[in-house]
Amino acid sequence: MKDSLKLVSKFTAHPDSRCWFVAWNPKGTLLASSGGDRSIRIWGREGDSWVCKSVLEEGHQRTVRKVAWSPCGNYLASASFDATTCIWRKKQDDFECVTTLEGHENEVKCVAWAPSGNLLATCSRDKSVWVWEVDEEDEYECVSVVNSHTQDVKHVVWHPNQEILASASYDNSVKLYKEDDDDWVCRDTLEGHESTVWSVDFDKSGQRLASCSDDKTVKIWREYEPGNEQGVVCNGTAPTWKCICTLVLQALSLLCFPGRCHLSGAMATACGDDAIRVFEEDTTSDPHQPTFSLAAHVPKAHDQDVNCVSWNPKEVGLLASCSDDGDIGIWSYQPQH
Amino acid sequence: GGTRLENANPLIFQRSGERQLTTEEEDEEFADPIDDREIFDILVCFYLTINDPEHPLSLEELNVVEQVRVRVSDDDSTVSVEFTPTIPHCSMATLIGLSIKVKLLRSLPERFKIDVHITPGAHASEQAVNKQLGDKERVAAALENSHLLEVVNQCAVCLC
Repeated sequence: MKDSLKLVSKFTAHPDSRCWFVAWNPKGTLLASSGGDRSIRIWGREGDSWVCKSVLEEGHQRTVRKVAWSPCGNYLASASFDATTCIWRKKQDDFECVTTLEGHENEVKCVAWAPSGNLLATCSRDKSVWVWEVDEEDEYECVSVVNSHTQDVKHVVWHPNQEILASASYDNSVKLYKEDDDDWVCRDTLEGHESTVWSVDFDKSGQRLASCSDDKTVKIWREYEPGNEQGVVCNGTAPTWKCICTLVLQALSLLCFPGRCHLSGAMATACGDDAIRVFEEDTTSDPHQPTFSLAAHVPKAHDQDVNCVSWNPKEVGLLASCSDDGDIGIWSYQPQH
Repeated sequence: GGTRLENANPLIFQRSGERQLTTEEEDEEFADPIDDREIFDILVCFYLTINDPEHPLSLEELNVVEQVRVRVSDDDSTVSVEFTPTIPHCSMATLIGLSIKVKLLRSLPERFKIDVHITPGAHASEQAVNKQLGDKERVAAALENSHLLEVVNQCAVCLC
């Protein structure tokens, strides 16, 4: 486990503020960060160092909680505590705000693009999840407001190749949504966590889901079709999701964020104890009852809480992290088999 | 307007004495770690004007904070404070907890992890209040809300 996660670079991203979130663009060449200073910053590599390419300051009145790149990489969406979501269009090296999506009653906690790029999801402390449709003229129309959770919705993420949406909430549950007759409806509720679920992420196949909670665990869920060989009971013709593994993070984890690497399968967590951990699935374990091992652990990855980790989509093992200390860390992960 | 009195005649507790300074603590060259008493001293400067704006009572006089319920580890950079709302159905519990948290966030070095929660068994909605106070996203959003921040600053004034 020693030295399997090495620091490549660390720099101040949001001075005198928190850095809440980092996201790689689809090509893996740019990193967007968002912070308590109400700004979004775009970072690019020049030689061995990371430089700020743009600062997007005009969009929001309060903390920018999360950012998401469109699948084509030409748009960036930002979710803010000011109750709005901004859509930014990339114009050569700069970005311009093309539209502001309004409608949530209070803090927007997360935004996510569907893989097709035609749908966008947002969620808020107002307990709702909104699905927006995007047309060719950059017009955004809200097609559905889903009030399925009973408390604030912390995170939304799309399935990698189907139009299925997942959300995580303060009500301790994860919910899955599908389109049904022009409306989006909750199809499944995943219960088992004992406190706020901070984030969810699908693996590359979309067959499995990782959820991360304030109860200091990460749970892995798997989808089972009706009539499956394992005998997992489904309700009618719809598939069902079952928790197949619970990882206990023996740490004070106030905010915990899994980011599954779509290239290698390694899962990283960002925690409130200032640490970054990387887990690998044991290759010999039963895929229906998998076991995971801690493959890397950096206890003092940052000076304060680590808020987010994100694997680079093109470069295997390149991980970005960000923290309450305002810094971004770039790490290189090399499994030591 | 004004806040409706929920507990108009609270029990008033005696204040503890002044802190006895040791020679080491008076020596500015000597780096002394942050201890329980120091955190307690930060919190006893703290007066609630909820009951009577003219006669604010300190958190100590209301027995909301007690020194035995303050735990600090300078080495681990952790602070844990249990607070006791004056009555088990006090609707201001979250606000008092938030005020304590804000006070500590502003007073302590950033490396500290601050855990503020209700004394076990002291409030009807103990779990719900603790969950709110432990949610850093909600706390961060609350501190950006100028209206709420004004309420926090009004109901809890520092008189030291």
